[in-house]
Amino acid sequence: MEKLIELLKSVRDDVDFSKCTTLVDEGILDSFDIIEIINVIDEEYDIKIPAIEIVPKNFNSAEAILNMIQRLQEE
Amino acid sequence: MEKSILSYLEKSEHEFPDKIAFSDNKYELTYHELANAARSIGSFLIEKIGTRKAVVVYMEKNTRNIAAFMGAAYAGCFYVPLDAQMPMERINIILKTLQPAAVIYDEKTEKFLSLMETECTKVLYDEIYMLPQDKEKLEIARRQMIDTDPLYILFTSGSTGIPKGVIVCHRSVIDYADWVVKTFELNENTVFGNQTPFYFSMSVLDIFATIRSSATLHIIPKMLFSFPVKLLELLKEKEINTIYWVPSALSIVANLGALDVVQLPNLKKILFAGETMPTKQLNIWRRHVPDATYANLFGPTEITDIGVYYVVDRGFSDDEPIPIGVPCDNVDALVVDEHGKSVKECGKIGELLIRGSFLACGYYNNPEKTKEVFIQNPLNNSYPETVYCTGDLVYWNENGELVYASRKDFQIKHMGNRIELGEIENAMSALDGVDMCCCLYNEETDEIVTVYTGNLEVKKLSQLLKKKLPRYMIPNVCYNRKGMPLNMNGKIDRKKLKTDYIK
Repeated sequence: MEKLIELLKSVRDDVDFSKCTTLVDEGILDSFDIIEIINVIDEEYDIKIPAIEIVPKNFNSAEAILNMIQRLQEE
Repeated sequence: MEKSILSYLEKSEHEFPDKIAFSDNKYELTYHELANAARSIGSFLIEKIGTRKAVVVYMEKNTRNIAAFMGAAYAGCFYVPLDAQMPMERINIILKTLQPAAVIYDEKTEKFLSLMETECTKVLYDEIYMLPQDKEKLEIARRQMIDTDPLYILFTSGSTGIPKGVIVCHRSVIDYADWVVKTFELNENTVFGNQTPFYFSMSVLDIFATIRSSATLHIIPKMLFSFPVKLLELLKEKEINTIYWVPSALSIVANLGALDVVQLPNLKKILFAGETMPTKQLNIWRRHVPDATYANLFGPTEITDIGVYYVVDRGFSDDEPIPIGVPCDNVDALVVDEHGKSVKECGKIGELLIRGSFLACGYYNNPEKTKEVFIQNPLNNSYPETVYCTGDLVYWNENGELVYASRKDFQIKHMGNRIELGEIENAMSALDGVDMCCCLYNEETDEIVTVYTGNLEVKKLSQLLKKKLPRYMIPNVCYNRKGMPLNMNGKIDRKKLKTDYIK
Protein backbone atom coordinates (compact mmCIF):
# COMPACT_ATOMS: atom_id res chain seq x y z
CA MET A 1 0.00 0.00 0.00
CA GLU A 2 2.81 2.40 0.89
CA LYS A 3 4.47 1.85 -2.45
CA LEU A 4 1.22 2.60 -4.24
CA ILE A 5 0.58 5.75 -2.24
CA GLU A 6 4.09 6.95 -3.08
CA LEU A 7 3.37 6.30 -6.75
CA LEU A 8 0.07 8.12 -6.62
CA LYS A 9 1.75 11.03 -4.88
CA SER A 10 4.17 11.27 -7.80
CA VAL A 11 1.14 11.93 -9.99
CA ARG A 12 -0.61 14.35 -7.63
CA ASP A 13 1.15 15.49 -4.50
CA ASP A 14 -1.74 17.64 -3.31
CA VAL A 15 -4.16 14.77 -2.72
CA ASP A 16 -4.39 12.70 0.47
CA PHE A 17 -4.56 9.28 -1.12
CA SER A 18 -4.48 7.46 2.22
CA LYS A 19 -7.85 8.90 3.22
CA CYS A 20 -9.83 9.94 0.16
CA THR A 21 -12.44 7.50 -1.16
CA THR A 22 -14.11 9.77 -3.73
CA LEU A 23 -11.19 10.48 -6.04
CA VAL A 24 -13.34 10.13 -9.14
CA ASP A 25 -16.82 10.83 -7.82
CA GLU A 26 -15.84 14.26 -6.55
CA GLY A 27 -13.70 15.01 -9.57
CA ILE A 28 -10.49 15.22 -7.52
CA LEU A 29 -8.61 13.30 -10.19
CA ASP A 30 -9.03 14.56 -13.73
CA SER A 31 -8.65 12.59 -16.93
CA PHE A 32 -4.94 13.43 -17.21
CA ASP A 33 -4.38 11.96 -13.75
CA ILE A 34 -6.22 8.73 -14.52
CA ILE A 35 -4.19 8.13 -17.65
CA GLU A 36 -1.00 8.91 -15.74
CA ILE A 37 -1.98 6.48 -12.96
CA ILE A 38 -2.70 3.77 -15.53
CA ASN A 39 0.74 4.38 -17.01
CA VAL A 40 2.66 4.30 -13.72
CA ILE A 41 0.87 1.09 -12.69
CA ASP A 42 1.86 -0.40 -16.03
CA GLU A 43 5.47 0.64 -15.44
CA GLU A 44 5.83 -0.22 -11.77
CA TYR A 45 3.73 -3.37 -11.51
CA ASP A 46 4.06 -4.48 -15.12
CA ILE A 47 0.29 -4.73 -15.46
CA LYS A 48 -1.74 -3.73 -18.48
CA ILE A 49 -5.09 -2.71 -17.08
CA PRO A 50 -7.79 -3.97 -19.44
CA ALA A 51 -10.42 -1.47 -20.62
CA ILE A 52 -13.16 -3.26 -18.72
CA GLU A 53 -11.35 -2.53 -15.43
CA ILE A 54 -10.90 1.16 -16.18
CA VAL A 55 -14.10 2.26 -14.47
CA PRO A 56 -14.66 4.92 -11.81
CA LYS A 57 -15.18 2.48 -8.92
CA ASN A 58 -11.68 1.03 -9.38
CA PHE A 59 -10.11 4.46 -9.04
CA ASN A 60 -12.08 6.08 -6.25
CA SER A 61 -9.51 5.29 -3.54
CA ALA A 62 -5.99 3.97 -3.16
CA GLU A 63 -7.53 0.83 -1.68
CA ALA A 64 -9.72 0.27 -4.74
CA ILE A 65 -6.71 0.74 -7.01
CA LEU A 66 -4.68 -1.73 -4.93
CA ASN A 67 -7.49 -4.29 -4.97
CA MET A 68 -7.64 -4.02 -8.71
CA ILE A 69 -3.87 -4.44 -9.04
CA GLN A 70 -3.90 -7.52 -6.79
CA ARG A 71 -6.82 -9.01 -8.67
CA LEU A 72 -5.06 -8.50 -11.98
CA GLN A 73 -1.79 -9.95 -10.62
CA GLU A 74 -3.58 -13.13 -9.60
CA GLU A 75 -5.14 -13.63 -13.02
CA MET B 1 -30.64 35.62 -46.61
CA GLU B 2 -29.97 34.95 -42.93
CA LYS B 3 -28.10 37.70 -41.12
CA SER B 4 -28.10 36.17 -37.66
CA ILE B 5 -27.53 32.69 -36.31
CA LEU B 6 -30.74 33.25 -34.34
CA SER B 7 -32.77 32.64 -37.51
CA TYR B 8 -31.54 29.04 -37.46
CA LEU B 9 -32.41 28.67 -33.80
CA GLU B 10 -35.92 29.98 -34.43
CA LYS B 11 -36.38 27.76 -37.46
CA SER B 12 -35.52 24.70 -35.37
CA GLU B 13 -37.73 25.99 -32.57
CA HIS B 14 -40.61 26.39 -35.03
CA GLU B 15 -40.22 22.97 -36.62
CA PHE B 16 -39.20 20.93 -33.57
CA PRO B 17 -40.31 22.88 -30.48
CA ASP B 18 -40.34 19.89 -28.12
CA LYS B 19 -37.30 18.07 -29.42
CA ILE B 20 -34.30 17.94 -27.07
CA ALA B 21 -31.72 20.35 -28.44
CA PHE B 22 -28.98 20.08 -25.81
CA SER B 23 -28.58 17.81 -22.82
CA ASP B 24 -26.05 16.70 -20.23
CA ASN B 25 -26.23 14.48 -17.18
CA LYS B 26 -28.03 17.17 -15.20
CA TYR B 27 -30.00 19.43 -17.53
CA GLU B 28 -31.79 19.27 -20.84
CA LEU B 29 -33.39 21.94 -23.02
CA THR B 30 -35.85 21.51 -25.88
CA TYR B 31 -35.59 23.92 -28.79
CA HIS B 32 -38.48 25.93 -27.43
CA GLU B 33 -37.04 26.04 -23.89
CA LEU B 34 -33.64 27.00 -25.25
CA ALA B 35 -34.93 29.85 -27.42
CA ASN B 36 -37.21 31.03 -24.64
CA ALA B 37 -34.47 31.12 -22.02
CA ALA B 38 -32.26 32.92 -24.54
CA ARG B 39 -34.92 35.59 -25.21
CA SER B 40 -35.31 36.17 -21.45
CA ILE B 41 -31.57 36.50 -20.99
CA GLY B 42 -31.41 38.74 -24.07
CA SER B 43 -34.13 41.02 -22.72
CA PHE B 44 -32.29 41.35 -19.44
CA LEU B 45 -28.98 42.16 -21.14
CA ILE B 46 -30.47 44.82 -23.44
CA GLU B 47 -32.02 46.54 -20.45
CA LYS B 48 -28.94 46.27 -18.25
CA ILE B 49 -25.97 46.77 -20.58
CA GLY B 50 -27.27 47.55 -24.08
CA THR B 51 -26.18 46.00 -27.37
CA ARG B 52 -22.81 45.19 -28.95
CA LYS B 53 -21.09 44.51 -25.63
CA ALA B 54 -18.94 41.63 -24.39
CA VAL B 55 -20.82 39.15 -22.20
CA VAL B 56 -18.68 36.67 -20.29
CA VAL B 57 -20.31 33.30 -19.67
CA TYR B 58 -18.50 31.91 -16.66
CA MET B 59 -20.27 28.68 -15.85
CA GLU B 60 -19.65 25.02 -15.43
CA LYS B 61 -19.87 23.37 -18.84
CA ASN B 62 -23.44 22.22 -19.37
CA THR B 63 -26.57 22.73 -21.44
CA ARG B 64 -27.41 26.08 -19.86
CA ASN B 65 -24.26 27.67 -21.31
CA ILE B 66 -25.90 27.47 -24.74
CA ALA B 67 -28.92 29.45 -23.54
CA ALA B 68 -26.57 32.09 -22.13
CA PHE B 69 -24.64 32.24 -25.43
CA MET B 70 -27.84 32.66 -27.44
CA GLY B 71 -29.11 35.16 -24.88
CA ALA B 72 -26.10 37.35 -25.58
CA ALA B 73 -26.83 37.05 -29.30
CA TYR B 74 -30.47 38.08 -28.78
CA ALA B 75 -29.23 41.25 -27.09
CA GLY B 76 -27.00 41.98 -30.07
CA CYS B 77 -24.04 41.32 -27.81
CA PHE B 78 -21.28 38.73 -28.17
CA TYR B 79 -20.44 35.97 -25.73
CA VAL B 80 -17.09 34.97 -24.31
CA PRO B 81 -16.95 31.51 -22.73
CA LEU B 82 -14.68 31.11 -19.72
CA ASP B 83 -14.32 27.73 -18.09
CA ALA B 84 -15.09 27.08 -14.43
CA GLN B 85 -11.71 25.30 -14.24
CA MET B 86 -9.66 28.11 -15.79
CA PRO B 87 -7.02 29.51 -13.40
CA MET B 88 -8.02 32.93 -12.06
CA GLU B 89 -4.75 34.50 -13.19
CA ARG B 90 -5.55 33.67 -16.81
CA ILE B 91 -9.14 34.83 -16.41
CA ASN B 92 -7.95 38.18 -15.13
CA ILE B 93 -5.56 38.65 -18.04
CA ILE B 94 -8.47 37.94 -20.39
CA LEU B 95 -10.75 40.35 -18.52
CA LYS B 96 -8.16 43.08 -18.80
CA THR B 97 -8.15 42.79 -22.60
CA LEU B 98 -11.87 42.25 -22.85
CA GLN B 99 -13.35 44.81 -20.46
CA PRO B 100 -16.70 42.98 -20.48
CA ALA B 101 -20.04 44.61 -19.76
CA ALA B 102 -21.50 41.62 -17.94
CA VAL B 103 -20.62 38.25 -16.45
CA ILE B 104 -23.20 35.47 -16.31
CA TYR B 105 -22.20 32.98 -13.61
CA ASP B 106 -23.70 29.94 -11.93
CA GLU B 107 -23.66 28.34 -8.48
CA LYS B 108 -20.36 26.59 -9.34
CA THR B 109 -18.43 29.75 -10.20
CA GLU B 110 -20.10 32.08 -7.70
CA LYS B 111 -17.36 31.53 -5.13
CA PHE B 112 -14.67 32.84 -7.50
CA LEU B 113 -16.45 36.10 -8.36
CA SER B 114 -14.67 38.14 -5.69
CA LEU B 115 -11.32 37.21 -7.29
CA MET B 116 -12.36 38.52 -10.70
CA GLU B 117 -10.84 41.87 -11.55
CA THR B 118 -13.81 43.54 -13.17
CA GLU B 119 -16.37 46.04 -12.02
CA CYS B 120 -19.01 45.00 -14.54
CA THR B 121 -22.53 43.68 -13.97
CA LYS B 122 -22.49 40.15 -12.55
CA VAL B 123 -25.62 38.09 -12.70
CA LEU B 124 -26.61 34.57 -11.72
CA TYR B 125 -27.97 32.46 -14.59
CA ASP B 126 -30.85 31.21 -12.44
CA GLU B 127 -32.04 34.76 -11.88
CA ILE B 128 -32.37 35.71 -15.54
CA TYR B 129 -33.38 32.73 -17.64
CA MET B 130 -37.06 32.98 -16.65
CA LEU B 131 -37.46 36.77 -16.66
CA PRO B 132 -40.27 38.31 -18.75
CA GLN B 133 -39.28 39.03 -22.37
CA ASP B 134 -39.29 42.49 -23.86
CA LYS B 135 -40.48 41.75 -27.40
CA GLU B 136 -40.11 45.31 -28.61
CA LYS B 137 -36.53 45.75 -27.46
CA LEU B 138 -35.56 42.31 -28.79
CA GLU B 139 -36.96 43.30 -32.15
CA ILE B 140 -35.12 46.61 -32.26
CA ALA B 141 -31.85 44.89 -31.35
CA ARG B 142 -32.49 42.35 -34.08
CA ARG B 143 -33.23 44.98 -36.70
CA GLN B 144 -30.03 46.87 -35.89
CA MET B 145 -27.85 43.78 -36.16
CA ILE B 146 -25.86 43.05 -39.31
CA ASP B 147 -24.22 39.80 -40.24
CA THR B 148 -20.68 41.08 -39.69
CA ASP B 149 -21.42 41.89 -36.04
CA PRO B 150 -19.53 39.63 -33.62
CA LEU B 151 -21.22 36.53 -32.25
CA TYR B 152 -18.47 35.42 -29.88
CA ILE B 153 -14.86 35.83 -28.86
CA LEU B 154 -12.69 32.82 -28.10
CA PHE B 155 -9.36 33.34 -26.37
CA THR B 156 -6.36 31.40 -27.66
CA SER B 157 -2.81 31.17 -26.40
CA GLY B 158 -0.57 34.15 -27.22
CA SER B 159 3.22 34.22 -27.57
CA THR B 160 3.70 37.20 -25.30
CA GLY B 161 1.84 35.41 -22.55
CA ILE B 162 -1.31 37.37 -23.25
CA PRO B 163 -4.12 35.27 -24.70
CA LYS B 164 -5.60 36.69 -27.92
CA GLY B 165 -9.35 37.12 -28.30
CA VAL B 166 -10.49 35.91 -31.71
CA ILE B 167 -13.66 37.76 -32.81
CA VAL B 168 -15.99 35.74 -35.00
CA CYS B 169 -19.10 37.23 -36.59
CA HIS B 170 -22.52 35.79 -37.41
CA ARG B 171 -21.73 35.54 -41.15
CA SER B 172 -18.73 33.25 -40.57
CA VAL B 173 -20.70 30.94 -38.29
CA ILE B 174 -23.75 30.87 -40.58
CA ASP B 175 -21.60 29.92 -43.56
CA TYR B 176 -19.59 27.45 -41.54
CA ALA B 177 -22.68 25.74 -40.11
CA ASP B 178 -24.17 25.56 -43.64
CA TRP B 179 -21.04 23.91 -44.93
CA VAL B 180 -20.85 21.36 -42.10
CA VAL B 181 -24.51 20.39 -42.37
CA LYS B 182 -24.36 20.01 -46.16
CA THR B 183 -21.01 18.19 -46.29
CA PHE B 184 -21.75 15.65 -43.58
CA GLU B 185 -25.48 15.36 -44.34
CA LEU B 186 -26.65 16.29 -40.87
CA ASN B 187 -30.34 16.58 -40.06
CA GLU B 188 -32.88 16.24 -37.24
CA ASN B 189 -31.85 12.58 -36.80
CA THR B 190 -28.29 13.58 -36.02
CA VAL B 191 -27.24 12.97 -32.42
CA PHE B 192 -23.95 14.61 -31.42
CA GLY B 193 -21.73 13.48 -28.56
CA ASN B 194 -19.81 16.61 -27.60
CA GLN B 195 -16.29 16.35 -26.20
CA THR B 196 -14.63 19.73 -26.71
CA PRO B 197 -14.90 22.62 -24.23
CA PHE B 198 -16.95 25.64 -25.27
CA TYR B 199 -13.92 27.96 -25.11
CA PHE B 200 -12.32 25.82 -27.84
CA SER B 201 -13.19 26.51 -31.50
CA MET B 202 -14.05 22.90 -32.30
CA SER B 203 -17.19 23.21 -30.18
CA VAL B 204 -18.48 25.78 -32.70
CA LEU B 205 -19.18 22.90 -35.07
CA ASP B 206 -21.02 20.92 -32.40
CA ILE B 207 -23.15 23.82 -31.21
CA PHE B 208 -24.06 25.48 -34.48
CA ALA B 209 -24.35 22.41 -36.70
CA THR B 210 -26.79 21.13 -34.07
CA ILE B 211 -28.85 24.32 -34.13
CA ARG B 212 -28.67 24.54 -37.93
CA SER B 213 -29.87 20.98 -38.53
CA SER B 214 -32.32 20.69 -35.59
CA ALA B 215 -30.15 17.89 -34.24
CA THR B 216 -29.68 16.83 -30.62
CA LEU B 217 -26.42 17.26 -28.77
CA HIS B 218 -25.36 15.41 -25.62
CA ILE B 219 -22.58 16.97 -23.62
CA ILE B 220 -20.43 14.07 -22.48
CA PRO B 221 -19.07 14.45 -18.92
CA LYS B 222 -15.33 15.08 -19.13
CA MET B 223 -14.53 12.36 -16.62
CA LEU B 224 -15.81 9.68 -18.99
CA PHE B 225 -12.91 10.34 -21.34
CA SER B 226 -10.66 8.56 -18.87
CA PHE B 227 -13.06 5.62 -18.61
CA PRO B 228 -13.40 4.53 -22.25
CA VAL B 229 -15.76 1.58 -21.72
CA LYS B 230 -18.19 3.79 -19.80
CA LEU B 231 -17.78 6.40 -22.52
CA LEU B 232 -18.70 4.02 -25.31
CA GLU B 233 -21.60 2.67 -23.27
CA LEU B 234 -22.92 6.22 -23.06
CA LEU B 235 -22.60 6.66 -26.83
CA LYS B 236 -24.63 3.50 -27.24
CA GLU B 237 -27.23 4.39 -24.65
CA LYS B 238 -27.83 7.88 -26.07
CA GLU B 239 -27.74 6.54 -29.65
CA ILE B 240 -25.07 9.06 -30.54
CA ASN B 241 -24.30 8.81 -34.25
CA THR B 242 -21.94 11.75 -34.81
CA ILE B 243 -18.80 12.73 -32.91
CA TYR B 244 -16.23 15.44 -33.49
CA TRP B 245 -13.41 14.85 -31.03
CA VAL B 246 -9.74 15.64 -30.67
CA PRO B 247 -7.51 12.74 -31.76
CA SER B 248 -6.21 12.35 -28.18
CA ALA B 249 -9.72 11.36 -27.06
CA LEU B 250 -10.12 8.92 -29.94
CA SER B 251 -6.66 7.52 -29.29
CA ILE B 252 -7.29 6.83 -25.60
CA VAL B 253 -10.36 4.79 -26.54
CA ALA B 254 -8.37 2.85 -29.13
CA ASN B 255 -5.27 2.39 -26.95
CA LEU B 256 -7.08 1.07 -23.91
CA GLY B 257 -8.92 -1.55 -25.92
CA ALA B 258 -12.43 -0.26 -25.28
CA LEU B 259 -13.54 -0.90 -28.86
CA ASP B 260 -13.08 -4.63 -28.26
CA VAL B 261 -15.58 -4.47 -25.42
CA VAL B 262 -18.41 -2.25 -26.67
CA GLN B 263 -19.93 -2.31 -30.15
CA LEU B 264 -21.17 0.92 -31.67
CA PRO B 265 -23.76 0.12 -34.33
CA ASN B 266 -25.24 3.63 -34.27
CA LEU B 267 -22.04 5.58 -34.75
CA LYS B 268 -21.92 6.78 -38.36
CA LYS B 269 -19.79 9.91 -38.46
CA ILE B 270 -16.43 10.26 -36.78
CA LEU B 271 -14.81 13.64 -37.32
CA PHE B 272 -11.61 14.85 -35.77
CA ALA B 273 -9.42 17.95 -35.67
CA GLY B 274 -7.22 19.95 -33.36
CA GLU B 275 -4.00 17.97 -33.77
CA THR B 276 -2.56 15.25 -35.95
CA MET B 277 -4.59 12.06 -35.90
CA PRO B 278 -2.19 9.16 -35.42
CA THR B 279 -2.86 6.73 -38.28
CA LYS B 280 -2.34 3.67 -36.08
CA GLN B 281 -5.21 4.65 -33.82
CA LEU B 282 -7.39 5.67 -36.75
CA ASN B 283 -6.88 2.21 -38.22
CA ILE B 284 -7.97 0.59 -34.95
CA TRP B 285 -11.17 2.65 -35.12
CA ARG B 286 -11.75 1.77 -38.77
CA ARG B 287 -11.40 -1.95 -38.05
CA HIS B 288 -13.93 -1.80 -35.22
CA VAL B 289 -16.40 0.68 -36.71
CA PRO B 290 -16.00 -0.03 -40.43
CA ASP B 291 -19.22 1.55 -41.69
CA ALA B 292 -18.67 5.04 -40.33
CA THR B 293 -17.53 8.06 -42.33
CA TYR B 294 -14.20 9.37 -41.03
CA ALA B 295 -13.04 12.89 -41.73
CA ASN B 296 -9.94 14.84 -40.81
CA LEU B 297 -10.78 18.53 -40.36
CA PHE B 298 -8.15 21.24 -40.27
CA GLY B 299 -8.13 24.89 -39.30
CA PRO B 300 -7.50 27.40 -36.50
CA THR B 301 -9.90 29.46 -34.36
CA GLU B 302 -9.16 32.41 -36.66
CA ILE B 303 -11.14 30.85 -39.51
CA THR B 304 -14.10 29.92 -37.27
CA ASP B 305 -13.05 26.29 -37.04
CA ILE B 306 -12.08 24.54 -40.24
CA GLY B 307 -10.90 25.56 -43.71
CA VAL B 308 -9.58 22.32 -45.13
CA TYR B 309 -10.94 18.79 -44.76
CA TYR B 310 -10.36 15.25 -45.87
CA VAL B 311 -12.97 12.50 -45.90
CA VAL B 312 -11.03 9.28 -45.44
CA ASP B 313 -11.61 7.40 -48.69
CA ARG B 314 -8.77 4.90 -48.85
CA GLY B 315 -6.57 2.77 -46.65
CA PHE B 316 -3.45 4.11 -44.93
CA SER B 317 -0.61 2.13 -43.43
CA ASP B 318 0.20 2.97 -39.80
CA ASP B 319 3.18 5.15 -40.75
CA GLU B 320 1.45 7.16 -43.51
CA PRO B 321 0.11 10.62 -42.60
CA ILE B 322 -3.61 11.33 -43.08
CA PRO B 323 -3.91 14.28 -45.49
CA ILE B 324 -5.71 17.42 -44.35
CA GLY B 325 -7.33 17.42 -47.76
CA VAL B 326 -9.07 20.10 -49.77
CA PRO B 327 -10.63 23.50 -49.00
CA CYS B 328 -14.22 23.66 -47.78
CA ASP B 329 -16.77 25.12 -50.19
CA ASN B 330 -16.34 28.90 -50.37
CA VAL B 331 -12.89 28.68 -48.77
CA ASP B 332 -9.67 29.18 -50.69
CA ALA B 333 -6.44 27.65 -49.42
CA LEU B 334 -3.27 29.34 -50.71
CA VAL B 335 0.16 27.85 -50.20
CA VAL B 336 2.91 30.45 -50.43
CA ASP B 337 6.68 30.42 -50.02
CA GLU B 338 8.70 32.85 -47.89
CA HIS B 339 8.57 35.45 -50.67
CA GLY B 340 4.78 35.37 -50.83
CA LYS B 341 4.78 33.46 -54.13
CA SER B 342 2.26 30.73 -54.81
CA VAL B 343 3.51 27.15 -54.39
CA LYS B 344 1.85 24.76 -56.82
CA GLU B 345 4.39 21.94 -57.13
CA CYS B 346 3.77 18.63 -55.42
CA GLY B 347 5.68 18.08 -52.20
CA LYS B 348 7.04 21.62 -51.88
CA ILE B 349 6.40 23.08 -48.44
CA GLY B 350 4.86 26.51 -47.95
CA GLU B 351 2.70 28.40 -45.47
CA LEU B 352 -1.06 27.89 -45.62
CA LEU B 353 -3.09 31.09 -46.08
CA ILE B 354 -6.89 31.11 -45.98
CA ARG B 355 -9.36 33.30 -47.84
CA GLY B 356 -13.13 33.31 -47.40
CA SER B 357 -16.10 34.15 -45.22
CA PHE B 358 -14.98 31.84 -42.37
CA LEU B 359 -12.24 34.39 -41.56
CA ALA B 360 -12.47 35.95 -38.11
CA CYS B 361 -12.67 39.75 -37.73
CA GLY B 362 -9.32 39.87 -35.92
CA TYR B 363 -8.05 39.96 -32.33
CA TYR B 364 -10.03 41.98 -29.82
CA ASN B 365 -8.26 45.14 -28.62
CA ASN B 366 -5.08 43.98 -30.29
CA PRO B 367 -4.46 45.77 -33.62
CA GLU B 368 -0.74 44.83 -33.67
CA LYS B 369 -1.31 41.09 -33.54
CA THR B 370 -4.23 41.42 -35.95
CA LYS B 371 -2.04 43.17 -38.50
CA GLU B 372 0.61 40.46 -38.27
CA VAL B 373 -1.61 37.61 -39.40
CA PHE B 374 -4.68 39.09 -41.08
CA ILE B 375 -2.86 40.51 -44.07
CA GLN B 376 -3.46 41.65 -47.62
CA ASN B 377 -3.52 38.65 -49.96
CA PRO B 378 0.08 38.55 -51.27
CA LEU B 379 -1.23 37.23 -54.60
CA ASN B 380 -3.55 40.22 -55.13
CA ASN B 381 -2.36 43.84 -55.33
CA SER B 382 -5.42 45.21 -57.11
CA TYR B 383 -7.90 45.69 -54.25
CA PRO B 384 -8.11 45.15 -50.49
CA GLU B 385 -8.54 41.48 -49.67
CA THR B 386 -7.67 39.92 -46.35
CA VAL B 387 -6.20 36.47 -45.91
CA TYR B 388 -5.29 34.75 -42.66
CA CYS B 389 -1.76 33.39 -42.26
CA THR B 390 -2.18 30.12 -40.38
CA GLY B 391 1.52 29.68 -39.54
CA ASP B 392 1.06 26.06 -40.61
CA LEU B 393 3.47 24.61 -43.12
CA VAL B 394 1.82 22.31 -45.64
CA TYR B 395 2.37 20.78 -49.07
CA TRP B 396 0.25 19.37 -51.91
CA ASN B 397 0.48 15.61 -52.54
CA GLU B 398 0.03 13.90 -55.90
CA ASN B 399 -3.72 13.44 -55.27
CA GLY B 400 -4.19 17.21 -55.07
CA GLU B 401 -4.63 17.03 -51.29
CA LEU B 402 -2.90 19.18 -48.73
CA VAL B 403 -0.70 17.46 -46.16
CA TYR B 404 0.35 19.09 -42.89
CA ALA B 405 4.09 19.40 -42.26
CA SER B 406 4.65 21.44 -39.08
CA ARG B 407 4.18 24.75 -37.29
CA LYS B 408 6.08 27.73 -38.61
CA ASP B 409 6.95 29.19 -35.20
CA PHE B 410 7.14 27.92 -31.67
CA GLN B 411 3.46 27.49 -31.37
CA ILE B 412 2.69 23.85 -30.80
CA LYS B 413 -0.23 21.47 -30.75
CA HIS B 414 -0.31 19.42 -27.57
CA MET B 415 -3.18 17.07 -26.73
CA GLY B 416 -5.47 18.97 -29.04
CA ASN B 417 -4.65 22.38 -27.66
CA ARG B 418 -2.79 25.11 -29.44
CA ILE B 419 -0.11 26.42 -27.15
CA GLU B 420 2.49 29.13 -27.52
CA LEU B 421 5.50 27.89 -25.62
CA GLY B 422 6.12 31.54 -24.81
CA GLU B 423 3.03 31.63 -22.67
CA ILE B 424 4.31 28.81 -20.49
CA GLU B 425 7.73 30.47 -20.28
CA ASN B 426 6.04 33.65 -19.30
CA ALA B 427 4.15 32.00 -16.45
CA MET B 428 7.28 30.18 -15.33
CA SER B 429 9.52 33.21 -15.30
CA ALA B 430 7.04 34.90 -13.01
CA LEU B 431 7.63 32.27 -10.31
CA ASP B 432 9.90 32.94 -7.35
CA GLY B 433 12.97 30.73 -7.68
CA VAL B 434 12.92 30.58 -11.47
CA ASP B 435 15.69 32.66 -12.99
CA MET B 436 15.70 31.75 -16.64
CA CYS B 437 13.60 29.25 -18.45
CA CYS B 438 12.96 27.81 -21.85
CA CYS B 439 10.17 25.54 -23.04
CA LEU B 440 10.66 23.05 -25.81
CA TYR B 441 8.39 20.60 -27.49
CA ASN B 442 9.25 17.00 -28.16
CA GLU B 443 7.21 16.16 -31.23
CA GLU B 444 8.00 12.50 -31.07
CA THR B 445 6.59 11.96 -27.60
CA ASP B 446 4.13 14.88 -27.63
CA GLU B 447 5.72 16.25 -24.47
CA ILE B 448 6.37 19.78 -23.31
CA VAL B 449 9.90 19.92 -21.94
CA THR B 450 11.05 22.80 -19.80
CA VAL B 451 14.55 23.73 -18.73
CA TYR B 452 15.16 26.35 -16.09
CA THR B 453 17.71 27.84 -13.73
CA GLY B 454 17.04 28.95 -10.16
CA ASN B 455 16.53 27.36 -6.77
CA LEU B 456 12.92 26.27 -7.17
CA GLU B 457 12.50 22.52 -6.72
CA VAL B 458 11.30 20.62 -9.77
CA LYS B 459 8.46 19.14 -7.70
CA LYS B 460 7.27 22.57 -6.63
CA LEU B 461 7.37 23.92 -10.14
CA SER B 462 4.44 22.03 -11.61
CA GLN B 463 2.47 22.56 -8.42
CA LEU B 464 2.87 26.34 -8.76
CA LEU B 465 2.25 26.31 -12.49
CA LYS B 466 -1.06 24.51 -12.01
CA LYS B 467 -2.29 27.66 -10.29
CA LYS B 468 -1.40 29.79 -13.29
CA LEU B 469 -1.96 27.69 -16.39
CA PRO B 470 -4.56 25.28 -17.71
CA ARG B 471 -3.67 21.67 -17.12
CA TYR B 472 -2.77 20.95 -20.73
CA MET B 473 -0.06 23.62 -20.65
CA ILE B 474 1.85 22.13 -17.70
CA PRO B 475 5.25 20.84 -18.88
CA ASN B 476 5.54 17.05 -18.88
CA VAL B 477 9.28 16.99 -18.24
CA CYS B 478 11.19 19.56 -16.17
CA TYR B 479 14.94 19.99 -15.88
CA ASN B 480 16.66 22.30 -13.41
CA ARG B 481 20.19 23.29 -14.40
CA LYS B 482 22.98 25.55 -13.14
CA GLY B 483 23.35 27.93 -16.05
CA MET B 484 21.55 28.62 -19.30
CA PRO B 485 23.41 28.33 -22.63
CA LEU B 486 23.17 31.54 -24.66
CA ASN B 487 23.65 32.13 -28.35
CA MET B 488 25.53 34.95 -30.06
CA ASN B 489 22.69 37.40 -29.64
CA GLY B 490 22.53 36.70 -25.96
CA LYS B 491 19.32 34.82 -26.31
CA ILE B 492 18.72 31.45 -24.76
CA ASP B 493 20.23 28.91 -27.11
CA ARG B 494 17.14 26.87 -27.93
CA LYS B 495 18.99 24.78 -30.48
CA LYS B 496 21.56 23.62 -27.95
CA LEU B 497 18.88 22.90 -25.37
CA LYS B 498 16.99 20.93 -27.95
CA THR B 499 19.97 18.73 -28.73
CA ASP B 500 20.75 18.35 -25.01
CA TYR B 501 17.27 17.48 -23.80
CA ILE B 502 15.33 16.17 -26.76
CA LYS B 503 16.67 13.23 -28.67
